[in-house]
Amino acid sequence: MPLKSRHLLGLEGMPKEDIELILNTAVSFKEVLERPIKKVPTLQGKTIVNLFFESSTRTRISFELAERRLSADVVNFTTAGSSIAKGETFKDTIKNIEAMKIDMVVIRHSSSGAAHFLTKIIDANVINAGDGTHEHPTQALLDIFTIREKLGKVQGINVCIVGDILHSRVARSNIFGLKTLGANVSVCGPETLIPKEIEKLGVEIYHNIEDVIPKVDVLNVLRLQLERQNSAFIPSLQEYHKHFGITREKLEKATKPILIMHPGPINRGVELSSDVADSEHSVILEQVTNGVAVRMAILYLLGTMGN
Amino acid sequence: MKILFKNARIINPAQKLDEIADILIVDGKIEKIGKIEENENFQVYDFTNKIISPGFIDMHVHLREPGFEHKETIKTGIEAGANGGFTALCCMPNTNPTADDPSVIEYVKKKSKEALGGIVDVYPIGAITKRIEGLELAPIAELVEAGAIAFSDDGNCVQNSSVMRKAFEYISMFDKAIIQHCEDKTLSGNGLANEGYWSTILGLTPYPDISEEIILYRDLRLLSYLKPKIKKEKYHIAHISSRGSIELLKKFKDAGLNITAEVTPHHLLLTDEDIWKSNYDTNLKVNPPLKSGDDVDALVEALKDGTIDAIASDHAPHAPEEKESDFASAPFGIIGLETTVGLILSEFVNKGIITIHKMIELLSINPRKILGLEPVKISEGEKANLTLLDPNLEWIVDERKFKSKSKNSPFIGWKLKGKPLGIINNGKVFWSSL
Repeated sequence: MPLKSRHLLGLEGMPKEDIELILNTAVSFKEVLERPIKKVPTLQGKTIVNLFFESSTRTRISFELAERRLSADVVNFTTAGSSIAKGETFKDTIKNIEAMKIDMVVIRHSSSGAAHFLTKIIDANVINAGDGTHEHPTQALLDIFTIREKLGKVQGINVCIVGDILHSRVARSNIFGLKTLGANVSVCGPETLIPKEIEKLGVEIYHNIEDVIPKVDVLNVLRLQLERQNSAFIPSLQEYHKHFGITREKLEKATKPILIMHPGPINRGVELSSDVADSEHSVILEQVTNGVAVRMAILYLLGTMGN
Repeated sequence: MKILFKNARIINPAQKLDEIADILIVDGKIEKIGKIEENENFQVYDFTNKIISPGFIDMHVHLREPGFEHKETIKTGIEAGANGGFTALCCMPNTNPTADDPSVIEYVKKKSKEALGGIVDVYPIGAITKRIEGLELAPIAELVEAGAIAFSDDGNCVQNSSVMRKAFEYISMFDKAIIQHCEDKTLSGNGLANEGYWSTILGLTPYPDISEEIILYRDLRLLSYLKPKIKKEKYHIAHISSRGSIELLKKFKDAGLNITAEVTPHHLLLTDEDIWKSNYDTNLKVNPPLKSGDDVDALVEALKDGTIDAIASDHAPHAPEEKESDFASAPFGIIGLETTVGLILSEFVNKGIITIHKMIELLSINPRKILGLEPVKISEGEKANLTLLDPNLEWIVDERKFKSKSKNSPFIGWKLKGKPLGIINNGKVFWSSL
């Protein structure tokens, strides 16, 4: 049973069966990653381009590893020193890369909808590796994979996403995916960083982290961009840490063990205290490991479509 | 030139005229209206079930010249206007250089007389402030002398309230309308889509409707405050887009201020949800942004009840390489000269939302009144300034038929009923090729 779409642009509207297919496939690939030889020939002969118009370490390396472990040919494109920097239009850059006969494109871009734009101008399969403040579907899928692996299910699990929801593509993708799988989702953050009408997505809104902690199984803690202080979204990082930062002290209010997740990179002492980041409840590094397996699953499912 | 239209429906609400008759145009003048025998010297057109209206004016157009000739030129903009059924256009001052100097006004006027033999009257709008920067007043008197029809910093909005107050006071001496693009930039910021459910889903930087409403309210309060002092206020709201703005407009109109408003076809026909449906079509990126269905309801209601005075396209051409990009990088604006008449006929008149009389008021009578232009008369002995319409013709909007240099329209492919057939003005005839 193939996926419904030949691109992965976002989790909004993605059918439950498709999400589950990706998660189940990722289980198999995680097993591959445990082997001494971690490479399979699945995408041999396929060419994948990683187009990173925005800097990224974790996601880019994770994709590249996943691609190489599936034996694909990999090309990396980053904007620094590229034709874009020389004034070429986004569209021309893409058309030129496509002319080199590529099969799949992984794109990260600072503009929401950039991956959708790509599907309108090229034939290759497109995977969204983060578009502006819109979606970051592979991150959400690896988050959901981690929850499912740790807690055995997603349905009925209480997840709170903490922090800058307004600017977060990770939050949006998590909300869409988790809701589709039947989780109870809430968000917690300063009102300035809560987008308008988000309650219409069926999420509860909290402004006090201490009200949330007793009710949840998972805290997915977002990175706070340090420049938010300058644009008056928050008074100071200290105040943010005091009210929304996850500390061991605040976690004492928990009635059961809480899974602590973070998409990285962490601002220690801002959204997470170091002791929590490194605690036994933290699955942050496991998320990174799972990221490779989930991305292998996505690349495999899209790359072998119609074969 | 001797043209005879047989059996035309001749409508001009300003003259309480709506009759079926023959009309003979000789050398740009209306020679006769009534029963006219054909003659071999006449070019004869059967106009059964077709309409002859006073010439339409689009009071909000960006012709882009000087400075942005890769998007549009005065010539191509005029051709687009004629093709779309307009005998007159007002062009906005956000060119490069901006129309804050009489030489720019004179340049536009001169160039416009050269295109299509001068069939389309072009009325340039002067800048309120130098370089439309909102800091110092432009040379208003000189601009009036050069022929500025009204004043606007459109594209920008005068942010400083004290500067705006002085603009109101100063321009009131000249009996010219001030056309405001209402946008509090501190609120709109880098906003890309109307703040609400769809901006949240799409992850597009939110642009709140209060950005428009707060400037509108500020201006209306400034005008109320200045009213006892200034000779006459003439304030016109460009591209009104939200329910809140409509409520303000109604309230201050009722209070006796001389204020008017225009709405664009795209704000009447499209919503923020369409950005989602189209997967971020950059031809839906406009400023002010497309609003919610509830706002659209308020705009349509205001169109019907007369709260809105005019329809204008805000024709904003951009080159394909500028629009064919990601949503954030693409510039704001869409073209509208060649779709406005068809859209209003099709989606409003033919659907029974407004009458053809109302349409003519919105596209000819009221905008001319707002701008202080003589009303067009359809009477024997008058100059012929006419828009020719077929209200029943079905057609598909096809960008290959556009005369505009740019093709950035979200209405391409729309099936419409009702079409502009051509125009007659200044002794010339132009037949639309849409």
